[in-house]
Order: sequence, then C-alpha cells, then structure tokens
Amino acid sequence: MTKLRIGVLGIQGAYVRHADILSLVGAVPVIVKYGKQLEDLDGLIIPGGESSTMTKMMGFRIAYDDILQFGKFKPIFGTCAGLILLGKGISDPRIHQLELIDARISRNAYGSQKDSFVDDITLRFDIEKPYHAVFIRAPQIVSVGDSIRVLAECDNIPVLVESGLHLSASFHPELTGDARIHRYFIQKVKEIKNGEKNDSV
Amino acid sequence: MKKGTFEAKVGLAEMLKGGVIMDVTNVDQAKIAEDAGASSVMALERIPADIRVYGGIARMSNPEMILKIKEAVSIPVLAKCRIGHFAEAQILQELGVDFIDESEVLTPADEENHIWKKDFQIPFVCGCRNLGEALRRIGEGAALMRTKGEPGTGDIVEAVRHMREVNRGIRRLQTMDKAELMAEAKRLGAPFSIVAEVAKNGKLPVPNFAAGGIATPADASLMMQLGAEAVFVGSGIFKSDDPKQRANAIVKAVTHYNDPAVLVEVSRGLEDAMVGVSASSLEEDEKMAKRGW
Repeated sequence: MTKLRIGVLGIQGAYVRHADILSLVGAVPVIVKYGKQLEDLDGLIIPGGESSTMTKMMGFRIAYDDILQFGKFKPIFGTCAGLILLGKGISDPRIHQLELIDARISRNAYGSQKDSFVDDITLRFDIEKPYHAVFIRAPQIVSVGDSIRVLAECDNIPVLVESGLHLSASFHPELTGDARIHRYFIQKVKEIKNGEKNDSV
Repeated sequence: MKKGTFEAKVGLAEMLKGGVIMDVTNVDQAKIAEDAGASSVMALERIPADIRVYGGIARMSNPEMILKIKEAVSIPVLAKCRIGHFAEAQILQELGVDFIDESEVLTPADEENHIWKKDFQIPFVCGCRNLGEALRRIGEGAALMRTKGEPGTGDIVEAVRHMREVNRGIRRLQTMDKAELMAEAKRLGAPFSIVAEVAKNGKLPVPNFAAGGIATPADASLMMQLGAEAVFVGSGIFKSDDPKQRANAIVKAVTHYNDPAVLVEVSRGLEDAMVGVSASSLEEDEKMAKRGW
C-alpha cells in the first residue's frame, strides 16, 4: 500500500524533528510552508515552537483558513505551540487559535524555562511501558469538553488528548526517540483515510 | 519530575529553530520584535554596534530592564553574561531568564575559563569559530551553539567563515576511522567522547545557529542555507532605518530561506540596512570573536 503523506507545518520550531520521526514510522514527511501543499496530504502536524511567531506568519503563503478547512476532514496533531493553536480560550491578540479541539489552553502555564521539566507518563493506549515526556515552557490544558478523550495525564492534568479527528500534546514527542505517539497518530490517519473512523468534528 | 536536565535545556533550543532571535534594549523594541514574529528576544543594555562606539567595560544588563522586558513579551527572553562570569549567570538564572548567552560581546571576566554550565538549571548558548571551540563549550554544558561572527559590524564574512569551519570539521570527522579520532580530539582540543559522538552522527549534539553580522534578509538566508538552524540578529535590526519592517522581513526570510521569490518580495522597498563596518578593517584588539577560546 502507498505510504501516508503527513505534513509538518514548517513556519518555525521543531518541524525537522517531527519529519525525522515520521520517516522512522514509515510515513512520507512533507514540510509545509505553502497552503497549496496541504492538498495531497493525509494528515498534518503543527510542531512546537512559538505560537506568536506562527500566528504572525499566518496569511503569508499559508492561511489559517487553509488549515481550518484541512482540519475539517483530516487529522491534525498539535504539539506544544501546536496544541495552543488547535485549542481555544486564550484571549491574547498575539495568538490566533483554530479552535479545532474542545479544550481550553493556558499558555506558558508551567512558567519560564526554569520550570521546564521531564517526567514519565502513562499512555492509555500502551500502559505497559512509561513514556518519557519533555515539557518545555509548556502550555496547560485547563479544561476539556465531553467529546475529548484523555490519553495521558501528568499530575492529574491532561497532557495528551484526542478530540474527534485531532490529537494534541502539551509536551514534545518529537524530542525523544520513542515513536509510540507518532505511530498512534499514523494509525489514526490511516483509519480515517480508509473511512473506518468517521467522527468528523 | 526533573527540572534542568540536559534534555529540557536542549528542548528549548529545539523550539527556537527556524526563527529569529532579536537583540532588544528596551520594552518598546521588545514589543516590536515580538510583533514582527521574533521567536525570542535577547535583552541587553547596548547592542554590539553601540558597545563598539561606547567603549568601556560591557557587563550583564541591569536586572530591572531585563524584568521589564520579561513582563512585556510572551516569548522566551535571553540575556548575556560575560565569559567566565558565573555570578552574573547565577543572577540571570534567579531573574528567570529563559536562556543565558555567555557572550564575547561583553568584556570577558575570565581569560582562561568559561562557565561550568552544567551547574545551572537553565540552558546556555555560546559562540564558536570552529568545531573544537564548539565541542569545548558543549563539554562544559552548553545546550546551543552559534557562530561568533563579528558582532556589531553588519559584515557577514566572519559568521560565514565560522559556520563553514564547523561544518568542515564535522565532515572531516566523518571521514576518519576510529583509530584517528583520538588524535583528532587532541588536535581539536575537545573532549573525546563528544568528538566520537559527532563523528558517528555527523552533527553537533545540540542545535547550531548563526550570529554576528547578519543585517539583511539575504544574510539570514545565506546562513540558513549554510546549515544554521536559526539566526540571531543583533545590531542589524535596530541600527537600520526601519526596524519594524526589517525585523518582519528577516523573520519571513528565515522561514522561506530557500525560496528566492519570497526573498525578493521581503527585500523590495526595505529602508537602508545598518551602515556597518568591514570586519577586516578592525584592529586585532577590536575583534570580539577573539574573546574566549
């Protein structure tokens, strides 16, 4: 079967790291800098980086609406800044959220870099082995709607959630060698492409 | 839960990739930088070009000014300490800055030793002119490297030289067999374990950015195409005739560094760049890149 083509939004941030892991799990990564590149993709990752930088660059070669339209039918995985952009509830003119997932986000909620941390968490879809998660100036998921499935928590706060087509994490699965979360996303993309799962938002 | 691990430090460096880190000297400039799409700001009292003119001893910035900038922006705030001045670094860490630049732009406090960066919870970035220097700093715990370039000149030639030197050093390591690596580590003056790691992976164990002399969107594109993963712009923005416009142009140039059509679009109609000074016209003792080893 043909490999899945997964985009990684390449405006700013750790997009190359995501692309490397996508190759590792057998997908074809595409660094996306132009709206028209979304047309033949099966899924998209919005990486970690600065959400204010990404907001500023929206409308230059790629528009919010391009991603919003894509997200209506195809899965998006947001990590850190990507989670901020996918979620809702931030009233700061520097940030424009897509509101594709039913989760309220608080930006830099864990503090400055001094409070960045690593911790072992449990993935609900693979509870045997702990997952080493890296949180960098991380956002926090402050509340989730009924449609959200929490896939992992850290200190009783959701850190990996699934909402309809989309997946998001407040930490950085692209920074560790552990590809389980990317594999989970790829599986989800595959199922949606094959029409096995049709709970569009 | 663990804080201050090497992973967490390098993690922030990873997040700054593909972006522009801008020198700012006050709250207004910090806001202009953030609004233009900077991935982070470097808070300092005087930009390198002014340090050259002003002379005297250049030290860590006033904590009050750094705190004000921290309050004004939501992006990471970096600040500089003098080479070897670990007390300044301790103060910056206590202030809650996100990244410390142990910088040759300031007057060195120790001509022999750099800071033992592994003692700190927050990450350090250091400048380098070649692979040996980069690996020595990484050995001390730096989580991010950048070229030294020649700060405050607006002349890109030294940054290009340093980036090519590092890349050449890495390529050289990759051609060696294991028996040759010890002699090469000796030649480089670098820790053997890191030399062996670089030989195996073909890249530095931390991200590598460009700094020192970047003044135009084309300069930024050049450094990215030479392998820099992000750029620092010091004097280049706020010494230009229209900092806002130039800041935004350089942000776009870094994202689209390999798209000449974008580079034309953002370079057209730009007000004048900083006048600059040729790095080769500087006296030896005026060269900041010579500070540190």
